Amino acid sequence: MNSKVKLDDLNVHFGGTHAVKGVNIDFPANSVTAIIGPSGCGKSTVLRAVNRMHDMTPGAQVTGRILLDDTDIYGRGVDPVAIRRKIGMVFQKPNPFPAMSIYDNVIAGYKLNGRMRRDEADEIVESSLQRVALWDEVKDRLKSNAMELSGGQQQRLCIARTIAVRPEVILMDEPASALDPISTMKIEELIEELKERYTIIIVTHNMQQAARVSDVTAFFYLGELIECGVTKKIFTTPDRKQTEDYITGRFG
Amino acid sequence: MSDVTASHRWKIEKGLSGDFIFKAVTVLFAFSILVILMLMLYEMVSQSLPSLRKFGGHFMTGMDWDAVQEQFGALPFIYGSVISSVLALLLATPLAVGTALFITEIAPRRLGGFAASLVELLAAIPSVIYGLWGILIMTPWLQQTAQPLLQKYLGFLPFFQGPAYGVSMLAGVLILMIMVVPIITSITKEVLLAVPRSQREAAIALGATRWEMIRMAVLPYGKSGILGAVILGLGRAIGETMAVTMVIGNNPKISLSLFSPAYTMPSVIANEFAEASSPLHSAALMNIGLLLLVITLIINALARLLLWSMSRGAARGAKL
Ligand SMILES: Nc1ncnc2c1ncn2[C@@H]1O[C@H](COP(=O)(O)OP(=O)(O)OP(=O)(O)O)[C@@H](O)[C@H]1O
Ligand SMILES: [Mg+2]
Repeated sequence: MNSKVKLDDLNVHFGGTHAVKGVNIDFPANSVTAIIGPSGCGKSTVLRAVNRMHDMTPGAQVTGRILLDDTDIYGRGVDPVAIRRKIGMVFQKPNPFPAMSIYDNVIAGYKLNGRMRRDEADEIVESSLQRVALWDEVKDRLKSNAMELSGGQQQRLCIARTIAVRPEVILMDEPASALDPISTMKIEELIEELKERYTIIIVTHNMQQAARVSDVTAFFYLGELIECGVTKKIFTTPDRKQTEDYITGRFG
Repeated sequence: MSDVTASHRWKIEKGLSGDFIFKAVTVLFAFSILVILMLMLYEMVSQSLPSLRKFGGHFMTGMDWDAVQEQFGALPFIYGSVISSVLALLLATPLAVGTALFITEIAPRRLGGFAASLVELLAAIPSVIYGLWGILIMTPWLQQTAQPLLQKYLGFLPFFQGPAYGVSMLAGVLILMIMVVPIITSITKEVLLAVPRSQREAAIALGATRWEMIRMAVLPYGKSGILGAVILGLGRAIGETMAVTMVIGNNPKISLSLFSPAYTMPSVIANEFAEASSPLHSAALMNIGLLLLVITLIINALARLLLWSMSRGAARGAKL
């Protein structure tokens, strides 16, 4: 498998905190990579480095290279806005825009491309909602407020909003941690579907979820990448003792 | 053991707990506000009675204000107050929202903090100081520079015609604008700061630029709060007395031109009450006060209605 995103000696500092320490990973194209590790080990920080979200945080400093295909997204002259349109992100807590309808939420990001025809927008909205399996549930009330949806529906709406922009990579930071088991299952099925078209990187605290949805798993501890490999291997015969302790729940 | 339980029960039944006292005191305070408002209304109505009896509804439509002939009509004052406040708000709102956006979204943190404290400072300056500045600096500048320029380039509009005295409706509008900008700015700033990070990040992650993020996530989320800020500014503008009295010219005339002097409701009360020439004159001034109170209450009610209808959407957002 060829890699879609490649971290090359990635370091992130927040003031005096060295949150991510010299990380190298290849994220293969059209696959799901899970990032696991105890709380505070830097999973979110790595993920947010990949779409330059740290640009918004005063005091955050990112060094090293992150290659998307062959461009260094931190390279000189690279526009972070253009990068974020190729690398979408889904957050832990569903965050639809509360002042907008379901329809407007889905089209919000795509609209930034500029003027579009009405039927073009309709089509984007329908296909995005179809893809997240939300269309049948909301097709009769596209104009109602997005906050009327349940938490799980809102999260699928946020995923629809992200894929409507047609990114190449989707980052997900514990996308199902605020959801009930049924919604979680739907999101997991969705991830399985999405990987045909997208490269997905997902942070999760749920070992079973990582084992179920991912092809590759990366284990982090205290800001360092301890081990990264094919999911089946990581969960059955990891190379490192720390990894084994963590996935079997024997972590000190 | 049973003693303890008994005394406990007694306390609950007699309701002498701290909670009860606290509740009683707060209810009393809350109620007293209503009582004070009612007393004020009653007092104003009874003091206005001579005027209400003599002029009735014509008081609000009458154009004359003549203490010698005992002819009193309040329309020029209503016009002066409403127009000066509304125009001031129209000018102040974009300025204030822009300033608040600069402070919260654009300026580096230090500069933003400095600008914010400057704004709070401006909000704390007594209005008579604004009035002095208005008389000594703004009106001469209007008379010598701004008004001739406006007349030259926009003089074809009825709003910029007539002789330039300096003191004018225009001066009143400008001084009010300067006075309400800090209030609207500082409230809007708080509203913008309360927009959750998750909303901003949602927009940024979709590939929005900073300005697109503001338009997509920040302003819609804060719009009812910003509206509240504007309404508070309007309340302040319509009740403002001192500074406006000093620059608006105090001439009860209705004119389309912003260059002509005007008069506001608070100004006429402040200017004439001490030397009211007759009981009817005082009653007429009281009547203007009553109108001002009613207008203020109506503005507040409208604002509440608007906020309520807008926040129904946002409340669903907050519930999450
Ligand atoms: N904005 C920030 N400012 C300062 N320190 C930060 C910031 N964000 C993260 N950190 C620090 O970086 C380290 C890694 O945080 P991160 O959020 O990446 O952990 P995580 O692995 O995602 O944890 P969790 O599983 O709890 O979400 C922590 O020590 C945290 O305190
Ligand atoms: Mg995290």
